[in-house]
Amino acid sequence: MNTQIKGAAHVYGDHVDTDRIIPGKYTKTLDLQTLANHVFEDLDPDFRSRMNPGDIVVGGENFGCGSSREQAPLALKTAGTSVVLAKFFARIFFRNAINIGLPVLEVPDLEANTGDILKVNLQTGLVLNQTRGTEYQANAMPSVMLDILRAGGLVAYLQEHGTYSTSSVTEAHPA
Amino acid sequence: MGQTITEKILSTHAGRAVHAGDMVVVDVDATMASDTTAPLAIQAFEQMGGDKLAQPERTFLVIDHAAPAPNERIGNLHELMRRFAKDQGCTLYDVGEGICHQLMVDNHHVHPGEIFIGADSHTCSYGALGAFATGVGSTDIAAIWRTGQTWLRVPESIKITIDGSLQAGVQAKDLTLFLVGQIGISGATYQAIEFCGPAVRSLSSGGRFTLANMAIEMGAKAGIVHPEGLTLSQPFTPIHPDEDAQYARSLHFDVSDLTPQVSIPGSPDKVFDLEQYEGTSVSYAFIGTCVNGRLEDLHTAARILDGKRVAPGVRLIIAPASRDIFLQALADGTVASLSRAGATFIPSGCGPCVGTHNGVPGDGETVISTANRNFTGRMGNPRAHVFLGAPSAVAAAAREGCITNPTRFL
Repeated sequence: MNTQIKGAAHVYGDHVDTDRIIPGKYTKTLDLQTLANHVFEDLDPDFRSRMNPGDIVVGGENFGCGSSREQAPLALKTAGTSVVLAKFFARIFFRNAINIGLPVLEVPDLEANTGDILKVNLQTGLVLNQTRGTEYQANAMPSVMLDILRAGGLVAYLQEHGTYSTSSVTEAHPA
Repeated sequence: MGQTITEKILSTHAGRAVHAGDMVVVDVDATMASDTTAPLAIQAFEQMGGDKLAQPERTFLVIDHAAPAPNERIGNLHELMRRFAKDQGCTLYDVGEGICHQLMVDNHHVHPGEIFIGADSHTCSYGALGAFATGVGSTDIAAIWRTGQTWLRVPESIKITIDGSLQAGVQAKDLTLFLVGQIGISGATYQAIEFCGPAVRSLSSGGRFTLANMAIEMGAKAGIVHPEGLTLSQPFTPIHPDEDAQYARSLHFDVSDLTPQVSIPGSPDKVFDLEQYEGTSVSYAFIGTCVNGRLEDLHTAARILDGKRVAPGVRLIIAPASRDIFLQALADGTVASLSRAGATFIPSGCGPCVGTHNGVPGDGETVISTANRNFTGRMGNPRAHVFLGAPSAVAAAAREGCITNPTRFL
């Protein structure tokens, strides 16, 4: 996993729901490129043409609310999104993103505009808005999620471990 | 230290006493995936090196989100599910049998006190029975299929006590929409909700289902209805919270004066008294989905529409939540009554709600639906406007051609 990420921010508001990330009519497929082609289709029709691989999606509160469709983080990841930052995430989206190896960080006080260049350190959770010269600290995530993310996703984690390591899961959150 | 219902269920399954904030690995009692989530789950299961399902006898696949298949791509995903179910010896509910959540409850695939994990966000519905039930995505389900387990952070709980009793003609859905409006779309994020109080105690089983179903529209991980008043066809051990259980919040509402509610287009938590929107023209009324496609919902619609006609310029589409419900509604004359009134019955499934097929609105249309979501684009067209209401409100709108207070017909 690349722990240092740098990219341009694409900033959205609160409660970006999964229908806005990938409408339900496109979700019935195993072709990930189809998902990427329709990501944010109703919310921001120009996203696909504006974004460069490695860019960063920034949401407000409750990013990814609604359906359990894993196609939502898959669409963002396949389109080239390197990390999603938000004040906080809807629970299922947060799990799904980690499970498919798309980094997501809760950064409660992040301030950024679309186009700002952000540098994200996934190890330390430090987020630098290079355009503004400001720095923010992401919330720690449960250690099991860090382990899954480090493995590259839950498929790779289970290929490696075969099962959930109880000790890794029950550890307190890292500082 | 006292425990909430969620803490009790998770403790039983973790093999130790746990409280909010603890991380646990638990044995999962049963899982379910639909044709939106199962194909990706099957792929992930195989990539994980999965060979045999951990619990084939309690693994359920349901073809309901795009059923029957509207195109060859989806037809092939359905075939993938059929092959997998056959190879693995798990249960598959095929096209037309019903909506996953209705089938899990009606066919006794979930019981009080169990942990049920479904690859569909409305899995929280089974909190109506006192199960800890929550939705996850495809890869999480695949991992349970492989290991029999999952990890969870034990959530804090919010206790919502509903006092009073609903007025005649005001439905469980009105109460549910009211609560979604009060709590908000993210008000219970990372938390479980317990619903209790006199107004909850007197809800029908279907009403409890409606209430628990929309816990996810408040952001909750689970929504558990207290067991007082719960009747099931099989014997069960009710699980009550301890008197000294710790809650993140305790909220009280009195619904004695509650009037019919609607959620206005854009987000389920934009909830208002229906009377504020009376007279809004609608061209499409939809009754169905996992929140309100039950026999009692069809009966409500028939009470309003029997011997009448759907207003000119309005189409009424109805998808019973299961084939069994459809058969009961056929046998008791409800289907005939509603069909004579102009309703079109479509196969049991989720199509219109998720915008896959069987009733996608056109540009600029205003829809009123009994569903649980109305995010922009939800029914397949971002340029349509979707109101959510109770079955009574949808039937009344179909009859009058505009949003109408249904209590006058009940």
